Amino acid sequence: MDYSHFIYLKEELSLIAVIVILFLYDIFGSRKSLNYFQPVACLLVGIHVLLTCCPARATLAIFGDAAIIDQAPGTASAYPLYSGMYNLYPLGSIIKSILATGTLLIFLQARGWLEEKQTVIRRGEFYLITLFTLLGMYFMIAAGNFLLFYLGLELASIPVATLVAFDKFRHRSAEAGAKYILTAIFASGLSLYGISLIYGTTGTLYFADIPAAVTGAPLQVMAFVFFFAGLAFKLSLVPFHQWTPDVYEGAPTSVTAYLSVISKGAAAFALMAILCKVFGNLVEQWQAILFWTTIATITVANLFALRQQNLKRFFAYSSISQAGYIMLGVISGSALGMTSLVYYILVYMFSNLAAFGVITIIERRSGKETIDDYNGLYSTNPRLSVVMMIALFSLAGIPPFAGFFSKFFVFAAAVEQGYYWLVFIALINTVIALYYYLRVVKAMFINKNETAIAGFRSDGYTRLGLIACSAGILLLGVLSIVHGEIHHYSTGW
Amino acid sequence: MEGLHLEYYLVASAVMFFAGVYGFLTRRNLLTILISIELILNSVDINFALFNRFLFPGQLEGFFFTLFAIGVSACETAVAIAIIINIYRNIRNIQVKNLDQLKD
Repeated sequence: MDYSHFIYLKEELSLIAVIVILFLYDIFGSRKSLNYFQPVACLLVGIHVLLTCCPARATLAIFGDAAIIDQAPGTASAYPLYSGMYNLYPLGSIIKSILATGTLLIFLQARGWLEEKQTVIRRGEFYLITLFTLLGMYFMIAAGNFLLFYLGLELASIPVATLVAFDKFRHRSAEAGAKYILTAIFASGLSLYGISLIYGTTGTLYFADIPAAVTGAPLQVMAFVFFFAGLAFKLSLVPFHQWTPDVYEGAPTSVTAYLSVISKGAAAFALMAILCKVFGNLVEQWQAILFWTTIATITVANLFALRQQNLKRFFAYSSISQAGYIMLGVISGSALGMTSLVYYILVYMFSNLAAFGVITIIERRSGKETIDDYNGLYSTNPRLSVVMMIALFSLAGIPPFAGFFSKFFVFAAAVEQGYYWLVFIALINTVIALYYYLRVVKAMFINKNETAIAGFRSDGYTRLGLIACSAGILLLGVLSIVHGEIHHYSTGW
Repeated sequence: MEGLHLEYYLVASAVMFFAGVYGFLTRRNLLTILISIELILNSVDINFALFNRFLFPGQLEGFFFTLFAIGVSACETAVAIAIIINIYRNIRNIQVKNLDQLKD
């Protein structure tokens, strides 16, 4: 075993360092000093984000390994470590830093909820458990072997169940937790059965060796279907989506935000990586499966979203349909598809976190979370309403905002592969989506309400988070360098 | 090993798997649902050990996967039971029909 490889695990190692520091702080910190837990956690995760943003190539140059540096990005970018167990590739670092940024934004928003009387004693646990799931996602993304992938997947989903059930004394939270953990184990059981059949038919678990042994035999197709069904549960694609609205509604709002953005983004990326790398020989089968799941996901979710009154439920269905759009990037299976997938996750993260930031604040201040409660919000809280409007416009895909460009790129990636009908149906669905997103905007800006939610000022951290999200939504679409940079690393990936 | 072919074991594990899926879909008590899921996970363990023993006897990948899968499923069960106990404390009941606060 070559211990020098540990240097290349800079994302994982720095995250583990952050976790250990916070863990010790949580145990040994005095009651008074623990009041600064959130700023410290945000600071450490911020440093971690900066470290991950530093491109893999630069790190390699510092520590010096000529063999890796010679592989310029764009030619053969995946570099196997630990005899293929772990894959080092620039695009993986990019998606990891995107996920870490999202986690940082959620930490900024979570303060109000965690300072409440009932949760304040368990405040440290929230940050630790969240970071552990992030670590799991890192392993899931970088895995070069089904064993590491499975461990990452579980590390990314079991702790989330404890987060969903975090509000111990609120029955809805516990109910959501039970629904989440049972479906999550069931889903991983399905995946595992698929993986076991893949092992039986190919004799290996390494991603690099499997493609040579995948011949398209019926048993392998069945194995793939089981595996896909398991991941589709995590991604909440229709018809595996029934748990999503319940869990999103019952979970604490910050956890809902985490589930809808970070977990989903990581699972989507890992799914595409595995479909292309491992099941490249079954491309016809998985494209056919994805074709119908995508259509069902976008359409069914949109139709259900139309009749929701509770905003968290509404955003659950909205996030299901967004996952369908992400699948448009996956189905193309090309470098362009990969670029648009990563870009979509980035933009979707900022938009959805901005919306959830507003929901978190308002739920905490007034305890209200249905669309009718937002009537006349603009007259009392103009700035919050504008942030919410920007976020909803971006989710719906209205031009000046980043959401338009991300949708445009996934459509372009699918059209490039000849999926005209799929894109056509997706386009029709954007119109439906526009209707229900605008319903919230109408409630805030046009509907009159005598008893609108009173105006208030939120704390500095939350405001910082919302400003960052709004800036992301406004700038990401305009700055073409972001898309260009991602594309640069995903060619030949 | 005479007379005991791979297929016999595979059929047994497949039966376990689908019994688990059936149980997951039809049971009305959180604990029995959890037991059904355990059936699924154990059938997977059998599969891995089996393939390794019969088809690829030279290596250990399948056995290792089984060990990890057993460990992880223990964690899953622990978390699930903790949450179920929490539900019991809240409503003194773990029947699925009483988990009806969240629905369309």
